[in-house]
Amino acid sequence: MLKPIRPESGKATTGPHISVEDGPEGLILRLKGDWRDGAGLPDSAFVENLLHKAGPNALILVSGREITGWSSILPAFLSALRAECAALNLRLRLEHFPEGVHALLKLSSCRAAARPVTPERKQPLMAINSWLVRPWRAGVNIAGAVGEVVLGLFAAFQTSGKMRGRDFRRQLLEVGVQALAIVSLVSFLVGAILGFVGLVQLEMFGVSIYVADLVGIAMVREMAAIMTAIIIAGRTGAAFAANLAAMQANEEIDALKTLAVSPVEHLIVPRVIALILMMPVLYIYACAVGIIGGMVIAITSSDITVLAYLDETRQAVAAKQFIIGGMKSVVFGALVGIVGCYTGLRAGRSAAEVSRAATSAVVSCIVGVIALDAIFALCANALKV
Amino acid sequence: MAFGEKVVQKDVSFTVANGSVFAIIGGSGCGKSTLLKHMVGLGAPSAGHILYGDQDLNALGDKDRNRLLRRFGVLFQASALWSSMTVADNIALPLELYSSCSPQAIADIVVFKLSLVGLEGCGALMPSELSGGMRKRAGLARALALDPEILFLDEPSAGLDPVSSRNLDELIVQLRECLGATIVIVTHELASIFTIVDDCVFLDSVAGGVIAHGNPGQLRDHSENAIVRAFLNRGEFDGTNLRASPS
Repeated sequence: MLKPIRPESGKATTGPHISVEDGPEGLILRLKGDWRDGAGLPDSAFVENLLHKAGPNALILVSGREITGWSSILPAFLSALRAECAALNLRLRLEHFPEGVHALLKLSSCRAAARPVTPERKQPLMAINSWLVRPWRAGVNIAGAVGEVVLGLFAAFQTSGKMRGRDFRRQLLEVGVQALAIVSLVSFLVGAILGFVGLVQLEMFGVSIYVADLVGIAMVREMAAIMTAIIIAGRTGAAFAANLAAMQANEEIDALKTLAVSPVEHLIVPRVIALILMMPVLYIYACAVGIIGGMVIAITSSDITVLAYLDETRQAVAAKQFIIGGMKSVVFGALVGIVGCYTGLRAGRSAAEVSRAATSAVVSCIVGVIALDAIFALCANALKV
Repeated sequence: MAFGEKVVQKDVSFTVANGSVFAIIGGSGCGKSTLLKHMVGLGAPSAGHILYGDQDLNALGDKDRNRLLRRFGVLFQASALWSSMTVADNIALPLELYSSCSPQAIADIVVFKLSLVGLEGCGALMPSELSGGMRKRAGLARALALDPEILFLDEPSAGLDPVSSRNLDELIVQLRECLGATIVIVTHELASIFTIVDDCVFLDSVAGGVIAHGNPGQLRDHSENAIVRAFLNRGEFDGTNLRASPS
């Protein structure tokens, strides 16, 4: 038996090529050269054209007498040729091929006959349908997830023993305390940028002190809540999605279900509650750090004193601003928690799905946060607050 | 072989004959898969050499080492198919990287390799859409992509039903006969061991090394080591007390 010759054993002297002759009942294809190297392999369109010209029921005699070496390229070529001949109702005869090639072709044909499974092909109309239906289904699913979480929250409060305190404390730590550093940095910089931009403009009118109003109101009413939510979406929402998607891939969620433990109650509820509780805390913290950021710029770039700045801020920022910002932070926290967990829980069972879930969660959370913020702005405007 | 300071196996020395089916067997946790990973270059022994012919796998420069690694095909325990690619892309990737074939020729080879393992028509499926047995076969097709000289199989039958397991054994034997490849296999399956294996080493976690080497049938009937006889007789033993194998 001529075994496949490995690429290491020597360079191909002549690449694979075919000569074609007319035979008594059809065509004779003489395969020549070294079939270990795919470079220069005859084009499949060339072979197809030949076969089409041969006419129905012709005999295609393929000779391998002049082959000097082979690898899988040869049986793969012959296998494709066999399929093409069968499709065109041509007779195929292989002569003078190494025994190994015949054995592989036989193995290939007997295995192929076993049970072919074809993938589901999407028709164009079905693709359009799924393109239209998918967002609707996603919306319905998220609404379902919100419902499940609310029910889970009720269940968790009714049977408080089911939510493990240790898990919950860990979530509080991860969601809140461990996010303090990044929230500090971003809030300080946002406050400083607002202060700097505001100060440059206000100085032209000789009312530099109003920079405290600008930074205070902007941070408390909008920026602290929205920036914290975006940070938490990127940090915690993605982590929730990736964590739950990995659990899905490892069948850990199935293991919970078999123990009659609801994944929503056990995995989602503690995370969402932790976010709902920690977001207002992070929001207040971000407000304070942002105001300090603006103050640092104001006192270093103008003659405003610390006391004057703080007093102006106190007068400018009303309690209702805090209430609006605080409400936003709670809603944003719930959104990030539910969307992050939902995306992870609905992920497929593979490693690729983990990254897909994380990406999808972050994008959905950020878009959701901004959309909700716009709704808040419209409502506040309608209510004149 | 060692993990940091902890030596897992020592004095492991054996030769795999060209064209044979060679098995690494032993109880759970004895280091079979670790040994296989060392053999395919995923780990370096803390002392000693892994030789292919006269080439020391861990002493070669990057270029020579990569050339040597391309002569291997590896089927991992959990198949390790790249989940973001279709089955066909999993098989095509090594061909695209290391062969000079045209895209059409690569497509033909992919179809051919899939038909060899009975997965013709499954190329467009994602790995997550395959059953456990199909994943194993797809992993085998990927391992065969570059016509390997040595095929390493890590527990190919694990998790398969007896019929699928037997079919896979038959396939391995047929591929060995067709391709003339050497096969190194890690397995617990006694049926596979006695059906397809020519030669084997038996690793033991307590002894920390090879405690038997030879043909599995002969070891089952004539090994001087009671643990080896018990393992190969499925625990049915002639009365000598056995210690539990850690798992």
